[in-house]
Amino acid sequence: MSKEWPLWEIFIRGQNGLSHRHVGSLHAPDAEMAVRNARDVYTRRNEGVSIWVVPSAQITASAPSEKGLLFEPSQSKIYRHPTFYDIPDDVGHM
Amino acid sequence: MNPLFEFCLRIGDSTLILGHRVSEWCGHAPVLEEDIALANTALDLIGQTQLWLGLAGGIEGKGRDADALAYRRDAAQFRNFLLVERPNGDFGQTIMRQFLFDNWHHLMLNGLKSSAHNGIAEIAAKAEREVAYHLERSADLVVRLGDGTEESHQRMQRALDLHWPWCGEMFAVDPVTETLVADGVIPNPVELREKWLDQVESVLTESTLTKPNSDFSHKGGTQGRHTEHLGHLLAEMQFLQRAYPDAQW
Repeated sequence: MSKEWPLWEIFIRGQNGLSHRHVGSLHAPDAEMAVRNARDVYTRRNEGVSIWVVPSAQITASAPSEKGLLFEPSQSKIYRHPTFYDIPDDVGHM
Repeated sequence: MNPLFEFCLRIGDSTLILGHRVSEWCGHAPVLEEDIALANTALDLIGQTQLWLGLAGGIEGKGRDADALAYRRDAAQFRNFLLVERPNGDFGQTIMRQFLFDNWHHLMLNGLKSSAHNGIAEIAAKAEREVAYHLERSADLVVRLGDGTEESHQRMQRALDLHWPWCGEMFAVDPVTETLVADGVIPNPVELREKWLDQVESVLTESTLTKPNSDFSHKGGTQGRHTEHLGHLLAEMQFLQRAYPDAQW
């Protein structure tokens, strides 16, 4: 058995209404301590209202080598991007 | 002797000296996450010290601010509990000392929130939130390590046995506490002790640790009679102000 604590990915919600955002990772023996450690490592400056911790091993990532396969087809389909609309000035920044 | 001034020194010097002790772990803790957590605790304690010693200086009225009190007094003028000047020892001893102090600290601050002295009540309200977290963290670690491996259990039991005789001082009754209790400024230390024992014992039970069967307690810190460890700590902590008085950053 490895003596190293497992790795956890940390997600923090900055304000009510926003989604949790990935802020980094850390080591902890279990989820409860991962939350405590996240509090100390990532929320020192009052950044958060909520913390999620997820075992890094539970994340399935797409392979960098499949980048082309996954993402390139959409690059040539400019009609999927809503860039052809005139936005009235009254709407302001979107 | 002004009891209010004395009391502010007792709590402010205790947070200062413990804050400095805990800061000695910076860069040396067993894992990065603990290193950061300990540094956070130290910073909280030193932040609280600024408030307590600032208030003490104001009460004294001789123009000494928090820095003057922290860096320009000798060991015999410090009023901290002996428990907090004890060397860090291993990680278990540091956590056990923190746990025993945090329990007192949290109970004391909760009592001080309704102090008849407004300045004290305000500081207590601010500090209590931070200390509630210190206590949650140290209690959690005591349980994990006490009820952990055979070695961690032994180390935590040894840490408890080592620190126990230095705890009674936090609840000692003397003319300072008697006056302040009578004036409604501080909670009664005898009642604090009852609650402290309840809290500490329940965590120790969960940790499978055995409470030492002794009421003996070292005393003297609050009267300025310290162990040999405080002088060494001050020599390091006060060096800059002693060597280069009023040095500017």
